[in-house]
Amino acid sequence: MPSRIGVYVCHCGTNIAGRVDSEGVARHASGLKNVAVARDYKFMCSDPGQDMIIKDIREMGLTRVVVASCSPRLHEKTFQKACQRGGLNPFLFQMTCIREHCSWVVADPAEATAKAKTLVAAAVSRVNEHEELYSRVEAVHPDVLVVGGGIAGIQAALDIARSGHKVHMVERGPSIGGHMTQFDKTFPTLDCAACISTPKMVAVAQEPNINLMTMSEVVEVKGYVGNYTARIRTKPRYINQDRCTGCGLCMEKCPKSVPSEFEEGLGKRKAVHRNSPQSVPNTPVIDPASCIYLVKGKCGACKQNCPSDAIDFEQQESFLDVQVGTIVLATGFDILDPTPLSQYGFGRYPEVYTGLQFERLNNAVGPTGGKIRMKNGEAPESVAIIHCVGSRDKNQHEYCSRVCCMYALKYDHLIKDKVGHHARVYNFYIDMRCFGKGYEEFYRRVQEEGVTFIRGRPAEVTDQARSEDEQGKLVVVAEDTLLGRPVRVAVDMVVLCTAMQARKDASEVARVFGVSCGQDGFFLEEHPKLGPVSTATDGIFLAGTCQGPKDIPDAVAHASGGAGQALSLAARGEVSISPTVSWINPDICIGCKMCVGLCAYSAIEFDERRRVCVINEAMCKGCGSCAGHCPSGAAQIRHFNEKQVFAELEGLTQRIVPVRQPAAADLT
Amino acid sequence: MQELIVTPEAQGEPMPGAAFEPAIVAFVCNWCTYTAADLAGTSRMVQSPNVRLVRMMCTGMVDPKYIIKALLGGADAVLISGCHPGDCHYINGNYKARRRVKLLMEILPRFGIDSRRIKLTWVGASEGNEFAATVNSFAAEIKELGPIDTRRLPLL
Ligand SMILES: Cc1cc2nc3c(=O)[nH]c(=O)nc-3n(C[C@H](O)[C@H](O)[C@H](O)COP(=O)(O)OP(=O)(O)OC[C@H]3O[C@@H](n4cnc5c(N)ncnc54)[C@H](O)[C@@H]3O)c2cc1C
Ligand code: SF4
Ligand code: SF4
Ligand code: FES
Repeated sequence: MPSRIGVYVCHCGTNIAGRVDSEGVARHASGLKNVAVARDYKFMCSDPGQDMIIKDIREMGLTRVVVASCSPRLHEKTFQKACQRGGLNPFLFQMTCIREHCSWVVADPAEATAKAKTLVAAAVSRVNEHEELYSRVEAVHPDVLVVGGGIAGIQAALDIARSGHKVHMVERGPSIGGHMTQFDKTFPTLDCAACISTPKMVAVAQEPNINLMTMSEVVEVKGYVGNYTARIRTKPRYINQDRCTGCGLCMEKCPKSVPSEFEEGLGKRKAVHRNSPQSVPNTPVIDPASCIYLVKGKCGACKQNCPSDAIDFEQQESFLDVQVGTIVLATGFDILDPTPLSQYGFGRYPEVYTGLQFERLNNAVGPTGGKIRMKNGEAPESVAIIHCVGSRDKNQHEYCSRVCCMYALKYDHLIKDKVGHHARVYNFYIDMRCFGKGYEEFYRRVQEEGVTFIRGRPAEVTDQARSEDEQGKLVVVAEDTLLGRPVRVAVDMVVLCTAMQARKDASEVARVFGVSCGQDGFFLEEHPKLGPVSTATDGIFLAGTCQGPKDIPDAVAHASGGAGQALSLAARGEVSISPTVSWINPDICIGCKMCVGLCAYSAIEFDERRRVCVINEAMCKGCGSCAGHCPSGAAQIRHFNEKQVFAELEGLTQRIVPVRQPAAADLT
Repeated sequence: MQELIVTPEAQGEPMPGAAFEPAIVAFVCNWCTYTAADLAGTSRMVQSPNVRLVRMMCTGMVDPKYIIKALLGGADAVLISGCHPGDCHYINGNYKARRRVKLLMEILPRFGIDSRRIKLTWVGASEGNEFAATVNSFAAEIKELGPIDTRRLPLL
């Protein structure tokens, strides 16, 4: 029986109809083979639009539906559901995109209309070959994996755990807390960072539903939404966490000191060390690269002095497989290393600091005990703060890092507060971006504290004095773009507001989880506006700055969003899995086993008895690698089989030609 | 007014002397290049109308038969585009595509099809500008190359 196809061409307001003659496309479609009805409508995705389809299915006995509108990545599901409501199997539907791929990109209306006609013809031709398919329903494992234990990961883990679901939390470092634990105060409220982050970190440690794994990384992920298996590698800490009481005697007795990463190189740490007394867990960690015992086999001062006998040099790397239904990625950000931007003199002049270093200078447990001091121990009389270092810069990062203006204002205030009102503070900015709640107010407040703002990106920081006043100082050379004249400002200290950027291993981590990175290097969300926490991979969500620069409130809100999405899957307990997987026709398969080696998911097995290959549908992801290669044509992807693709091609390869208008009489 | 119609269904005669408008079929993967095409659209990047997409789940799904079918069925050229090496949503489908396309490019010239009519590119999900540039440059190359003449191919 020939199919009865309904074709629906959308105007999308004027988004499509402004360039494509939607009515003409529908008229053209009505003349195509097997088309029972073709209509155009203002907004197909609206309720009346969908109702039109449902009504036609019921009243006209349509057996196939084609919608020509926006990208199927937006509304394919909407229309599939409409078909289903009308009583039609959702796979007897085909959508073609005449907006993103046509009306928005083809300049000439006649050409755009012709292209839309071709696309509709291809969809109509293809839909003839569609078959009924049924989604599989699979259970969702109730546990969730959270990767990264910064403030975002902490928020996500707590939200999920408090709903009663179990969370496996994997943190690469020795403690959770992330960058926030390096700060002293946070803008715009000037809350003490530790006072607001410590209770959350402790809550993680005390939450019975959270299995916290530090010194750990996920090395492999297998499975699919609802049923992921993650392999976690835990590096040795060389201290037994169950025995250690966190007294810190080992750190006192350890004879070996090296520069501290946590102090951003400004202070030292021992070979056995801990970021801060508030670390969670508060067990120190022995760094195998600097520990004398682990390198040379002698010393053991910590072991002799540990009152709990917790030091264990025999600890080995270990692996653990966990089963989870969903995954939240919260791996955070790195800051840009300003050394290559040699004009700012970082690494050359001792008094040029990064933002994170300046945070440590302010931190009560930092290298200066929270006093803003130069390397010579004196307080700076004048400080220049350079905004947008590596941000909004075509040669580094085009984007705005979203936090630098605000933490610069925080530093302005802290300098005035700690060094004294006489201290002179100069901000070199491009634009002030104070968009958050309470941010503009904070800006105003800092302005009133007597801070100087100079609009212009400095050309260089130099120690070459040109006058008496500049002797022994750092000179910031810039153009004040508001006054249109060059300025030279001599200061004691320079702080660089370096860009937030993607973790340097972001692309490798993305690969482990099967997500992508955007052009800026951060993990790519499913949709920039409507899907900022989900990814293209079902069951994997993003939280915090791994998706792009954010301040703490935004990172926390984003994380709660990711947790909510993971929870909605976990709470529902089941997920429907697309039936568009591969199938091997046993009557055609010649048993060459070509496909077995091609399948990246080991979903194909050879049936010795029947001497043909068989697909395990639960493991097949529908990538089509087998079908693309099968020499006999036995392996076919459902919904993307040979007949369907051939039919689509037949529609597509029609040639577009300008023709002479037929005489009016011919049209009737 | 002059209207553009699609043949063969359309009646009427091609205007003599009308410029050659190639038909180019692009097999693109859903996860990267199709997404990039959406982004190019959302960003209103003007593109040649000659390229029409076939949405595949992965380039690893593109059976060489499909490419040959497109060329014999009237396409003047075929573009295959997916995720960058290492970024394939299905681990390594794009490597398989790369191997198949390479072989095809060696074989097709023996049957009289210029290998320049096939192009394989990697365009990531965020590279809308890259997508538009690829479409426009490929369309220009094929316009230069002229129409495919399948009737003269020894294959048939
Ligand atoms: C100098 C500076 C000052 C700032 N001041 C403020 C302020 O005053 N107020 C404010 O609101 N915001 C401020 N911010 C922004 C703030 O730092 C971020 O919003 C916040 O830290 C983001 O938290 P996060 O959890 O997303 O990332 P992170 O803090 O980076 O945490 C990520 C965590 O994941 C772990 N991790 C990374 N990769 C892996 C992996 N592969 N496997 C396992 N674990 C991994 C890391 O070890 C880390 O613990 C400032 C930023 C900078 C640079
Ligand atoms: S063994 Fe020695 S060097 Fe190593 S951590 Fe213990 S005290 Fe420090
Ligand atoms: S489509 Fe084929 S190759 Fe791909 S996962 Fe399924 S069985 Fe394996
Ligand atoms: S999914 Fe894009 S090439 Fe495989």
